Amino acid sequence: MPHTVTIDPVSRIEGHAKVTITLDDAGSVASARFHVTEFRGFEAFCVGRPVWEMPSLTARTCGICPVSHLLASAKAGDAVMGAHIPPAAVLLRRVANLGQIIQSHALSFFHLSSPDLLLGWDADPARRNVFGVMAAEPDLARRGIRLRSFGQSVIEAIAGRKVHSPGIVPGGVANPMSAETRDDLRDRLAEAHATAQNALTLFVGLLDGLDREIRSFGDFPSLFLGLANDEGVWAHDGGHLRFVDATGAVVADHIDAADYRDWIGEAVQHDSYLKSPYFKPLVDRHDDVNRGMYRVGPLARLNVCATMGSPLADEALAAYRERAGGIATSSFFAHWARLIEVIAATEQMATLLADDTILDPMVRATGRISHPRGVGVSEAPRGTLFHDYTVDEYGLLEHVNMIIATGQNNLAMNATVLQIAREWIDGPDIPEPVLNRIEAGIRAFDPCLSCSTHAIGQMPLAVELLDASGARISERRRG
Amino acid sequence: MAERVPTVPITIDGVEMEATAGETVLQCARRHGVDIPSLCFLEGLSPVGGCRLCVVEVAEDLRLRPACATTVTSDMEVTTQSSRLRSYRRSILELLFAEGNHVCAVCVSNGACELQDVAVRCGMDHVRYELQAPRRRVDASHPRYVFDPNRCILCTRCVRVCDEIEGAHVWDVAHRGHGAELVTDLHRPWGESTSCTWCGKCVASCPTGALSHQGSSVGEMRHTPDMIAWLVAARRREWTEREARR
Repeated sequence: MPHTVTIDPVSRIEGHAKVTITLDDAGSVASARFHVTEFRGFEAFCVGRPVWEMPSLTARTCGICPVSHLLASAKAGDAVMGAHIPPAAVLLRRVANLGQIIQSHALSFFHLSSPDLLLGWDADPARRNVFGVMAAEPDLARRGIRLRSFGQSVIEAIAGRKVHSPGIVPGGVANPMSAETRDDLRDRLAEAHATAQNALTLFVGLLDGLDREIRSFGDFPSLFLGLANDEGVWAHDGGHLRFVDATGAVVADHIDAADYRDWIGEAVQHDSYLKSPYFKPLVDRHDDVNRGMYRVGPLARLNVCATMGSPLADEALAAYRERAGGIATSSFFAHWARLIEVIAATEQMATLLADDTILDPMVRATGRISHPRGVGVSEAPRGTLFHDYTVDEYGLLEHVNMIIATGQNNLAMNATVLQIAREWIDGPDIPEPVLNRIEAGIRAFDPCLSCSTHAIGQMPLAVELLDASGARISERRRG
Repeated sequence: MAERVPTVPITIDGVEMEATAGETVLQCARRHGVDIPSLCFLEGLSPVGGCRLCVVEVAEDLRLRPACATTVTSDMEVTTQSSRLRSYRRSILELLFAEGNHVCAVCVSNGACELQDVAVRCGMDHVRYELQAPRRRVDASHPRYVFDPNRCILCTRCVRVCDEIEGAHVWDVAHRGHGAELVTDLHRPWGESTSCTWCGKCVASCPTGALSHQGSSVGEMRHTPDMIAWLVAARRREWTEREARR
């Protein structure tokens, strides 16, 4: 008996965006704005909850990168408790975050972005999705899906579940790792690594035909923020905050997570629920916050670090820097940076799993509430993530501030939309391939809103074209 | 020679069985493997018939009876499953879910919660009533335990176990109706209670995530309500006497 399931409308959290493009009197693009129209309110409804519940509660912020929230939240909890977490827990948290980076980057590259890269920006929209890739490049699609599955398995092995895992807690992790689980993960590393290397070779081979996209998908100077360790090596868990500028010069370094408010301000935009964090020292009270624009995520992390810290990833980084001219200023290169990070993740996971300390049964420190404030920072796949909690004497939340990677890229995403609009829009009509390029320019940042809408192959997107008086000339909608 | 316990004939869901004189319909049913959902009832404590989940139909009686507080009588005919009973039980559960903040996914008792279990067993897959979403202050002032009134269903197991088994009577229900709430030591923070012995029986008895151990993260709380019946039996020296009889 035929059975039809209809899902209509498709409206998921963090999945809705709007772009407004304004033309001047001459008909040229004057401004372009990217609006996020969803409101979540986590910072309000977490108030009053015990700090021990916060990792699982805030993990619900994102179904794609819950581990990043688990880690940032658990670290804020560690700080509130004054907990010195056991060595095995440090290793397990790192492996879980590497699994998170692998699965999310695999999703971004293979499921979301490869349709544009492999099938072409102008390909039929009905075919330009992951199913089209499956038809055209079945082996690549299969490998990409298996790579993501591997990352999810790592998360499940350590934290208990693939999505919204309960196993990363203030004080460490909930459960130790068994030798069998460790061996199983090690057995699967080689394939994951090979998949990333193959994808890297494929991507580099495509670059020559994409000059116009490279120079219009967010190619402008900005600051970059990421974690690095004391030697300047790429870090995703631990290390310290570092800002570099578009020349690679270190602007601020060795910033302790707890001091982030001295360096990062948060501006509220009248037309978007997404806040716009900026680099505070460059923005005076009445300045345009764009003066303090900085980017986070794979592009930023590779600009911030001196080396990746593992041989094959460092080889890939050297080739990347040669092509990008040292510091990569085009957000298009974020696709490349993601693949290098997956290579680094597989290499570094092998090292972490080879250390028998990871099997130690002592994985959780306990303690009383001993500090009124705790800040946790982790590198989420999309960039640096901050959780800042203030608690009362009993550990109940009094104030919560979360700075999410997608928010920190907000100013740069707006600038990217403007750059693409100026490069590609000519007159009041917006052809579909241009709409697709606007979408792809936003997607290069891998924002959470694309994560939550990838399943139908296209991000729900509305583009409004306004004239100088604000009247709508035309509109294109998707989703 | 062991004393013979008097029995009475009873029919539950059309099956004839022998009930022990003086026991309740719920005890008899469970002894014979008949499932009647309940929440406020806990073996070892006095029944209050408060949650009404265990209501059953008794032949020739128009009123529904709480099985936990109804003593068996000779030739009693009891029905534990009917469309009316299922409908009432679902409504009761929906009201409980609507009245508090029972978000299983982020609850310390997720996966080991009697309210969650009984909702699944009774087929409660959605709530038809408007969610009240109360903002009740969590009491984490006790060094060992946490009380989250948002997850409390006012079953009063904690009140009874503290009064009847521990003898401390720390817990009480304050106010009436919609405003009813649990309080410790006449409405002082639990951590300031001078009567609490820190025994943890209230936490062990709690059917939801309302009472938990300090430091519990989501899904980590495991209550041990069965220990109450065990304690009661131990205090009556039932086991030692049984051993002596052997």
